[in-house]
Order: sequence, then C-alpha cells, then structure tokens
Amino acid sequence: MSRGSKLQSLSPVVVTAATLSMWLLPADASAHLVNTGFGPFYDGLYHLLLTPEDLVPVVALALLAGLRGPRFGRWSLFVLTAAWLAGGLWGLRYQTEASLPLLTAVTLLSLGALVAADRALPLPVVAGLGLVLGLLHGYLNGTAMAQAGLGFTGLLGIGCAVFAIVALVAAFVVSLKVPWARIVVRVAGSWIAAVGMLLLGWTFRGGG
Amino acid sequence: MSPQRLDRRLVAAFVTIVLAWPRLAMAHVQGGEAAGFWSGLGHPISGLDHVLAMISVGLWGAQLGAPAVWVLPVTFPMVMAFGGMLGLLGLGLPGVEIGIALSALVLGFMIFREARPPLWVAALVVGVFAVFHGHAHGTELPAGQSGLLYSIGFVVSTGLLHATGIAIGLVYRWSAGKLALRAAGIVVAVAGLAFLWRAIA
Repeated sequence: MSRGSKLQSLSPVVVTAATLSMWLLPADASAHLVNTGFGPFYDGLYHLLLTPEDLVPVVALALLAGLRGPRFGRWSLFVLTAAWLAGGLWGLRYQTEASLPLLTAVTLLSLGALVAADRALPLPVVAGLGLVLGLLHGYLNGTAMAQAGLGFTGLLGIGCAVFAIVALVAAFVVSLKVPWARIVVRVAGSWIAAVGMLLLGWTFRGGG
Repeated sequence: MSPQRLDRRLVAAFVTIVLAWPRLAMAHVQGGEAAGFWSGLGHPISGLDHVLAMISVGLWGAQLGAPAVWVLPVTFPMVMAFGGMLGLLGLGLPGVEIGIALSALVLGFMIFREARPPLWVAALVVGVFAVFHGHAHGTELPAGQSGLLYSIGFVVSTGLLHATGIAIGLVYRWSAGKLALRAAGIVVAVAGLAFLWRAIA
C-alpha cells in the first residue's frame, strides 16, 4: 500500500477519534467574576449573563414592559440601561463592601407578581421600576467591577447586555398576539415571584 | 505496520489522552452554584408523593379547562414557595407528611369524580396542599448551595411537572381519554391512601 492510500484509509477513524476526543476534553469552569480572555468589556457582558441575581430581574422587567406594549418596552429599554450605567458609575466612584441580598428577593417577588397579575400599570410606574432597579443593581455591579479591576469598560459591557436583553425579551413579548402566549408569559412571572419568595426565606435564614 | 493496527494505536492514544487530561476547575467565590440549580431541579422529582400531586394539579386543571388550566398551576408554585419560605424561616407546620399524602388522595379523587367546584374553591384546595409540599421542600433544602439557583431549579421543575400533567390531560377531549384520566385519578388516590398509611403508621 502506498503512503498516500495508507493515509486515506486512516483518515475516517482517526478524524472521528480526534474530533470526539476534542469534544470530550473537559473545559475550564470559571465563574464570578468572569474572565473571558477577551478583555473587560466582554467580562462585564458575560458577568450579567451568568449572574442570575441580575439577569432574572432584567428579564422580569422586560416581560412586564413587553406585556404593556411597545411604548413601555422602549421606555424601559432606555431608562433601565441609563439607570444601570448611572448606578454603576456611582458604584465605581463610591465603593462599598455592602451587599443587598434582600434586594434581589424583593425585586423578583414584586416584578414577578406584577407580570403574573398583568394589570394595566401607568407608564411612569413601569419606567420608575426600571429606574430603581437599574440604579440599585447598577450600583452593586459598579462596586463589583471596581473591585475586580474591570472599571468603566466592564460596566459598559454590562450596560450593553442589559440593553440587548431588554430589547430582545420585550420585543418578543410585544410580538405575541395569541392569548395563550400571554398566559405563558404570566406563568413565567409567577415562577419568578415564587423564586423571589423562596429567596426571601433563604435571605432571612442566612443560607442563600 | 498495517493501517488497521496503526488505527487502533492512534485511537488508543487519543482515548488515553482524554482520560488522562487534567480537569481544570478554577476557584469559585460562591460555592455550589451549579450544584444548587441541579439540586433544585431534582428535588421535586425525588419523591413519588410530590410527583403525583404536582402532575395531578395539571391533570385536574386540564379537566376543568380555562381558566383553571393555568390558574391552578400558577397558584401551586406561588403558594408552595410561601410554604417553602415558612420552612426556611423555621416556622413549624404540623402533619406535613399527612398533608402531602392527603393532597394525592384528594386530588386523585377530584380527577376521578371530574369534580367541578368554583374556581376559587379549586384554587384554595390546591393552595392549601401546596403549603405542605413547599414546607417539606423548604426544610429539606441542602446546606451550602446557592439559594437562588436552587430556588430557580425547584420552581422550574415544579412548573414542568404541572405542564406534564396538562399535556397528559389533553386526552380529555376524547371519550376514551376521559375514562383514562378518571382511571389515572383512581391510581393517584390509591397511591395517596398508601402514603397516608405510611405517614400515620
């Protein structure tokens, strides 16, 4: 057998084995704070995506705004992102060691309940919720970014992630026309509220 | 060397490399993050009594139709979470196991009878039993894991069990399906009776 034909006969098995081997190789498991290797912007972006304490409230507000319509969605999109960045700048400037575990629980419980109830809330209320949510969570994120040395660039990554998530989720909910789809969103809201209630118990017990 | 022999050696070499590859686990500030989610996801399906009750909520909702088909599965997780919170706060609830057993018995009976009480009564029945299920879960939460991720997994798993019940309950539109659901109700009620016997004995 010539060398060329020998290599050809090897290739299917070897390539399959090599591919499977590469897939099966264990990957690095890194977490808070995320180190993507792409710099502080992407570290900040992934920080939000991998931190349920921040991610779930953002999704909850986007669901709430989406249920109320495109105008609410647009306001929430810009108010939440701007407030998050403003709170983050505040956190970068005035750092604290304090954490607010109760904040996440109360946020999830209240926003989830509002989504589940699907009541017609006025625009200032929804925008105000976005403002408070953004300032408080942004402040904690800003503090975390400063302590991790990611600075404003990391915060900017978080802001972009907030913007993208609200835009995608709210637009998706706005596009839902059939009644049962709205019910699914409300059920999701009840799940978020239930998680908030359990987290409240964890917070008071001191184990969460 | 023959190609087949070379193949085997190369494959063996790859397998050896994979098995011997060092597993990198970078230090985690908050321990038990992922474990918390999987524990929460697995907890509601770890006991047959919980599984039967939660699927029964979906089955009964499917029998009752709208709006009960979504009101009951919304009521159960929220009230269950309240029960879980009571458990986490250390507030005692007597007869938790009896309450859980009764939930399977009563819900199974409701499905068997195709009971159609007013919506608020159905929600009340489901809600009362949900407190017991939540309290049991709340006091059984493993220590040292992320409370938030555990809670997310726990609620999602519960919701999916309800959704399973609703999906099974779709057979209610056929006459044979109605009979099958009533038979399922008998099975759940009998299982509830067995749980009750175990809880009291």
